[in-house]
Amino acid sequence: MKNIAIFRHIFQASVLLCRSNVLLFLVIFGVNVAHASGGHGGEHIVTAPINYKDKVSLQKGAKIFMNNCSGCHSAKYIRYERISQDLGIPIEIVEKNLMFTTTKIGDPILTALPARQAKEWFGIVPPDLTLEARLRGADWLYSYLIGFYPDEKRPWGVNNHVFDKVGMPDVLAPLKKELGDKQFESAMADLTNFMVYIAEPMRAERETIGAWVLIFLAIFFIPVYFLNREYWKDVK
Amino acid sequence: MGFFNSIMSWVDARFPATRMFEDHLSKYYAPKNFNIWYFFGSLSLLVLVNQLLTGVWLTMSYTPSGEGAFDSVEYIMRDVEYGWLIRYLHAVGASAFFVVVYLHMFRGLLYGSYQKPRELVWIFGMLIYVVLMGEAFFGYLLPWGQMSYWGAQVILYLLSVIPVMGEDLLVWVRGDYLISSVTVKRFFALHVIALPIVLLGLVVMHIIALHEVGSNNPDGIDIKAKKDEKGVPLDGIPFHPYYSVHDLKAVVVFMAVFLSVVFFFPDGGGLLLEPPNFEPANSMKTPDHIAPVWYFTPFYSILRAIPNKEGGVIFLGAALAVLFILPWLDRSAVRSMRYKGIISKVALAIFVVAFVTLGYLGTQGPTEIKTNIARVCTALYFLYFGAMPFYTYFEATKPVPDRVRMSH
Repeated sequence: MKNIAIFRHIFQASVLLCRSNVLLFLVIFGVNVAHASGGHGGEHIVTAPINYKDKVSLQKGAKIFMNNCSGCHSAKYIRYERISQDLGIPIEIVEKNLMFTTTKIGDPILTALPARQAKEWFGIVPPDLTLEARLRGADWLYSYLIGFYPDEKRPWGVNNHVFDKVGMPDVLAPLKKELGDKQFESAMADLTNFMVYIAEPMRAERETIGAWVLIFLAIFFIPVYFLNREYWKDVK
Repeated sequence: MGFFNSIMSWVDARFPATRMFEDHLSKYYAPKNFNIWYFFGSLSLLVLVNQLLTGVWLTMSYTPSGEGAFDSVEYIMRDVEYGWLIRYLHAVGASAFFVVVYLHMFRGLLYGSYQKPRELVWIFGMLIYVVLMGEAFFGYLLPWGQMSYWGAQVILYLLSVIPVMGEDLLVWVRGDYLISSVTVKRFFALHVIALPIVLLGLVVMHIIALHEVGSNNPDGIDIKAKKDEKGVPLDGIPFHPYYSVHDLKAVVVFMAVFLSVVFFFPDGGGLLLEPPNFEPANSMKTPDHIAPVWYFTPFYSILRAIPNKEGGVIFLGAALAVLFILPWLDRSAVRSMRYKGIISKVALAIFVVAFVTLGYLGTQGPTEIKTNIARVCTALYFLYFGAMPFYTYFEATKPVPDRVRMSH
């Protein structure tokens, strides 16, 4: 048992090490990072308080997404079954509480709203949201979700701090009223978290594999180093 | 052992397996004083193999069409077993390829590896570089995201400046009046068949040419000038096993860096996978800011720095063309920067700063100040090559020793 604990320590240390590598990379290319995720309304963009490992938050986010977003937006690259597996939600609960448009657990999230109907109502077809977090960035998304404000000049009576002349009505207003500002922001963080997850559902897996790969390379370097030294000791 | 030997002699009587192994590995004598800059040739080969293998597996699930491309990439990312890993290896691998190739080329500049008798080694290398740029360009359209589409639009548009036939040529290359499904299909064919064949052929010629004349080294000394009684260069050691074990060390370090990016930072902060590419190509909607991928940006900056379009394309072409004649621009009596004069050293430093600055500016939207800086850097880029025949000829060089010095 003690051995396993040591193993876990090594693993966690290497995860930290990998993160610091990543951080270095971020610093080097920092300017571009800021540039790439900028977009509009820079001064209103706040950091999204999310944690992709927080399964409770992701589960809450899934619920908010299905109840408030999936009426008009699809997330066509993610399947219900995958959400059920990754977030630890039993299939029966997904089927009963999250699936409104289909009965098959292997199906992707498709909205029931026909594109032509949507175009009539909103002027555009609401975009698919699977990759929205990778397109806009988590911070933009969170700021957008909490960024609606009343504006009489707009057709729906609302505008958005980070998305000027937004075409979407403030469908989250009832939720905001129900929860109050503080709770609402936390709910939007959960929603953002969930959208970051569906944009790249393999993230947790890739980081776990990545840590093992780097541990392997670190160990493999030892014989390689001594092999090289052995051959080269005679070269003067 | 006897069994193996008899098999080998059976093969050798019919195919020069042992001879090839000796000529290119176990009896190919490389200078013993290679330093860190000499790793990037082997590493380029490693990345090439990565691109070929991951590329083959990607084609198994990719759909080359305007309707299917974007969806099939997400299918690979989500539904194909370890598809995400194959895709990230390939996408990050493309950038890694340019990193190692740029460092490899810089090594050439540093130690005069293009000088006589290695002119053809350099020219084959330059051809590899140009084909690699084409390969990257065609490949970049395939995910069919917004940046794929508009990046290709901008680059292809360069063809339209060709007098008389430009517009027709553009339609012929696209196969349509705009970039469409037809374009994706032909770019796919070029990316997975035509250019890889050319690339592999050029890599073989690059290595054959190198092994014909022998490797240069950080001292720029011809090691074949001093041989022992058996005809082995005194400063030479067999590539295998000495450099195979030496390069293996570099491979592990390189893999650690490369795989750190693949597993922990596959987007590269928007530099390797650009955010607009997570939205499918849309010919009706132009992104706010179109920038090519980082490895093209120095040349993109040169293009934008010239106020008129035709001039920009000519300078872009000239910036690449001038690299081909580099072996004849350097008239120095010595190869290595170690023995060249101060002017050569300063010139190389300025060139590197100008090139990196151009690269950075190419990722940025143009402002007046930035455009002016790009113009200065463009001038410096060409000045480096234009003035080279003079300063390399007239500057005083240091005496080159008879034998190489060990670097480590």
